[in-house]
Amino acid sequence: MTAKIQLIGVKKSFGSKQVLNGIDLTIEKGSSLVVIGGSGTGKSVMIKCVLGIITPDEGTILVDGQDVTHLRGSAREPVMKKFGMLFQGGALFDSLPVWENVAFGLIQGRGMKRSIARDVAIRSLAKVGLPEDVAFLSPAELSGGMQKRVGLARAIAVDPEIIFFDEPTTGLDPIMADIINSLIASTVKDVGATALSITHDMASARKISDHIAMLYAGKIIWTGPTSQIDNSGNPYVDQFIHGRAEGPIKMAVKA
Amino acid sequence: MNFLAGIGRAVLSLLAEIGRLASFTARSIAALVSPPIYSRLIGQQIMRIGYFSLPVVGLTAFFTGGALALQIYLGGNRYGAEAIVPQIVVLGITRELGPVIAGLMVAGRVAAAIAAEIGTMKVTEQIDALTTLATNPIKYLVVPRLVAAVVTMPILVAIADSIGVFGGYVVATQSLGFTGSIYLKNTMDFATRQDITSGLIKAAVFGFVIALMGCYNGFNSKGGAQGVGRATTSAVVSASILILAANYILTSVLFNK
Repeated sequence: MTAKIQLIGVKKSFGSKQVLNGIDLTIEKGSSLVVIGGSGTGKSVMIKCVLGIITPDEGTILVDGQDVTHLRGSAREPVMKKFGMLFQGGALFDSLPVWENVAFGLIQGRGMKRSIARDVAIRSLAKVGLPEDVAFLSPAELSGGMQKRVGLARAIAVDPEIIFFDEPTTGLDPIMADIINSLIASTVKDVGATALSITHDMASARKISDHIAMLYAGKIIWTGPTSQIDNSGNPYVDQFIHGRAEGPIKMAVKA
Repeated sequence: MNFLAGIGRAVLSLLAEIGRLASFTARSIAALVSPPIYSRLIGQQIMRIGYFSLPVVGLTAFFTGGALALQIYLGGNRYGAEAIVPQIVVLGITRELGPVIAGLMVAGRVAAAIAAEIGTMKVTEQIDALTTLATNPIKYLVVPRLVAAVVTMPILVAIADSIGVFGGYVVATQSLGFTGSIYLKNTMDFATRQDITSGLIKAAVFGFVIALMGCYNGFNSKGGAQGVGRATTSAVVSASILILAANYILTSVLFNK
């Protein structure tokens, strides 16, 4: 197996708060890794460092063996074209209809003609179980679950090599969360992508991953196959996956 | 000691803000001169910034021109110089009041709207989404607004100048006893090309300031709805102050004999 994404000693602090304290993580090509951890442990900061939205203070991030840590502007564009991302809140562009949201990466990022991109967007929407008439609605007219589906359709429309999922089930009822998890698992398999997700929802983590890593105090404290998560032998992981108040993890009240 | 530390902190924070603004401006200008150019978005912004500002700019210019005519007539009356109304109205409107009034009205309308829109995009991660879709947010969001504001403000001010002079004409002919044809002849004879072009140059600079402050404050908003509200207020206040400061600097540069 070859590493698709590798984080080596990644550190990031905001003022005096050290959020990432030397992250070492490898995601193999074609695998689906979920990073679990409590709120405020730096999961989103980690994923934003890989995406190039936040620059780490120290450490190296490799994508397909290429150092992308400090790549910016036009030099970063070829790397960004490998990525698709589903944001926690959907992050749909509310000034554009649904189909243009889905086709955005194709029209703006890849210069595809609008009429062709619209057909691709409608096919992407069908893959996530949305009918054609949804394509012409505004994002504000959709429910939370439908917005997540549109976000997923947008992420896969560009045929990415790597898909990132940021808390994909947050804010959804359990049934809709399960539907979205199944969609994520099947679409990732269909497009043959590598997936990196962050969540604190264990049901989601078990369903969409083949490997799990746990982030605590700015470091990866455990990583292994999803099937081994219940026998990790790590008291931090045990406390987290069983959602116990008592244990070695003390929740910070303030961010 | 605490007092001195407070002053030090305020100065450092001001310098940091100036640095951030300068860096944002440099990135925006660099994006302005490199492809791709989003002409469709520029067209949309020209409509939003220019066309939809016409009613508010036209109305304020009309009433300003009328009030100016009235004041000059009353002031000139003290020295028996009432006849100078058309000359001073056209001078005041084209050189100062046209661009400044239009600038301030557009700042209130447009800088606030830009900051609110981009600020909401920032706090709902839509700007991060642009980055993940291989689109430069500065190029996609800032450049079209800057171009549209710089292009449309001189047109708006040219219209404001005409309506302002017309406002003066209406007041002068309807209530101050001026003859229409003489008023217009005096206006045309007195106004020089420099009076008009100086106002249009100011307008282009004000357009840049308005779009820049709207975008900058929107991009730097944080903390949800309250943060977006703060960004909107800051955009209008900072754009208005910068317009008045730039107006003084441009007046001293353009009319430096």
